[in-house]
Amino acid sequence: MSSWTVGLRTRLARTVPPGELLPDRQPAYVSSWIYVFGVLSLASLVVVIGTGCVLAIGGVTWWHTSGLGHFVNSTHLWSVELFFATMVIHLWGKFFMAAWRGKRALTWMTGAVAFVGSIGTAFTGYLSQTNFDSQWIAGEAKDGLNSVGIGAFFNVLDPGQMLLWHVTLLPLVVGVIVVAHIVLVRRHGVVPPIDAVLDGPDDGATPTGPIPVAPAARDLTTTG
Amino acid sequence: MTMASTLRPTGRDRTPDSHAFPTRPYDLVKEFTLALVAMLVLTIALAAVFSSPDEKPISLVGWAAAAPNDVVATATGELAGTTTSAGYGAPYNDAGPGQTLGPLALQRWAGVTIPVDPAQDLVLAPLRRSADPTTAAALDTWAAAPPEQRTAWSTAYSDALTAAPDGDPAGVAPGDYGPVPVIASSFLALARTGGLEGALDPSGTFYGGDATRGLLLLADGAYLEDQARARSLGGDQWGMMNETGNYPGQPWMWLYTFWYQVPPFATSENADAQVWGLMMLLTLGLVLVPFIPGVRSIPRWVPVHRLIWRDWYRRH
Repeated sequence: MSSWTVGLRTRLARTVPPGELLPDRQPAYVSSWIYVFGVLSLASLVVVIGTGCVLAIGGVTWWHTSGLGHFVNSTHLWSVELFFATMVIHLWGKFFMAAWRGKRALTWMTGAVAFVGSIGTAFTGYLSQTNFDSQWIAGEAKDGLNSVGIGAFFNVLDPGQMLLWHVTLLPLVVGVIVVAHIVLVRRHGVVPPIDAVLDGPDDGATPTGPIPVAPAARDLTTTG
Repeated sequence: MTMASTLRPTGRDRTPDSHAFPTRPYDLVKEFTLALVAMLVLTIALAAVFSSPDEKPISLVGWAAAAPNDVVATATGELAGTTTSAGYGAPYNDAGPGQTLGPLALQRWAGVTIPVDPAQDLVLAPLRRSADPTTAAALDTWAAAPPEQRTAWSTAYSDALTAAPDGDPAGVAPGDYGPVPVIASSFLALARTGGLEGALDPSGTFYGGDATRGLLLLADGAYLEDQARARSLGGDQWGMMNETGNYPGQPWMWLYTFWYQVPPFATSENADAQVWGLMMLLTLGLVLVPFIPGVRSIPRWVPVHRLIWRDWYRRH
């Protein structure tokens, strides 16, 4: 019987080969401010999760009665706004780069699903505020969700249910998708320019040629 | 094998392997750390300068104090079966057919999973806790009457309230309203004392947490919407994506909210189902962009990529 451990290790190494997970070199064509918004999205997501965890320490209504709690809530709100702002710019940037080329369709798809999942997660946050906004938003949203049957099991008028979805189920789902997205980005690398064809070593950068990767990795990165 | 033959793409997708391009030094961990610090500083600065909105929720006591006539009219409407909840349908009751998406009755098919009988659960059951003998007698009279009589009483009183100046029960014309005026006024009195808070929780236990019934009752009245519209939160005011005060709200929901502002959705009885159906379709389209002919070619036609990779294109 073969070793499961070796099998898993081999599988992980083939998914993201050594040197690809945390590379210290990148293709020379990666030279634009638009690339910054991918890492800014990820950084703001970390801030969103961090501020949410601090809010969780205080409890559901802490931020209504404490100045510190209100400030932490404000950081949670604004980090969410920054997360979406950077993510939308990142998404549009990738669209105009046709970043799904070169067997990267799944990378695009996981990114799009992460975007939609993030909208749902943020929405449950607005429903969990236990203030006037959440009252009104819940009252309005129930009709849309009920109209297609979702309201039968996803009750926006129940802040207890919405809070649990907000702090457990949806972050877990979004987190897994984001990790998958990042793994795919690292596995396939940054998409080359549209219509780029290389006939030899490029100029304008260190002419080192391809990033040194293991033979098994070359198979994966060229076949997708 | 020459480098050129190695790097030239083959097949339908002519994109070369990104790992085959020349490279330059890059510090991923440093970039992420700097990005994290930048987002953290920006977040703290925005929070410190702009704070966040937190208007207190409308309590049933507050509703009774601010709009007593609306409380009476809403309670009467629940008894008459004329409120939104009373005729809603799934998932609360079978009183309405629910919305449809073409031939798909998704709302009805999902079933009644959160049962709410508005007259019973939102008005009569909370009042049963009252020790007031007049209220108890009115409830007994109501319970003993046949359904047609109940409807006749409550509808007549509802109409009379509508005709009265400002909907004031004191200005209602004399008529045969049965026990409805007593029930409605007792309901208002209960709300004023705070006795209604918690009485609407379906668990009936010390620990609440489910505001379904309370929110349905509030939404059946006019007060909640009046307050929301005063804050530009109405459905036709892009209300779903806004929040109180001058805050950005959920601007990422602009497209969902947009459809409610334009025909045919703005006037459709099935607007919610239609907008949801459309948004599901568009979301599927977003996810499947790489496979949609025409859409996936837009980046080639719109030269934004020439700006993004201007250094590369300048050299090649």
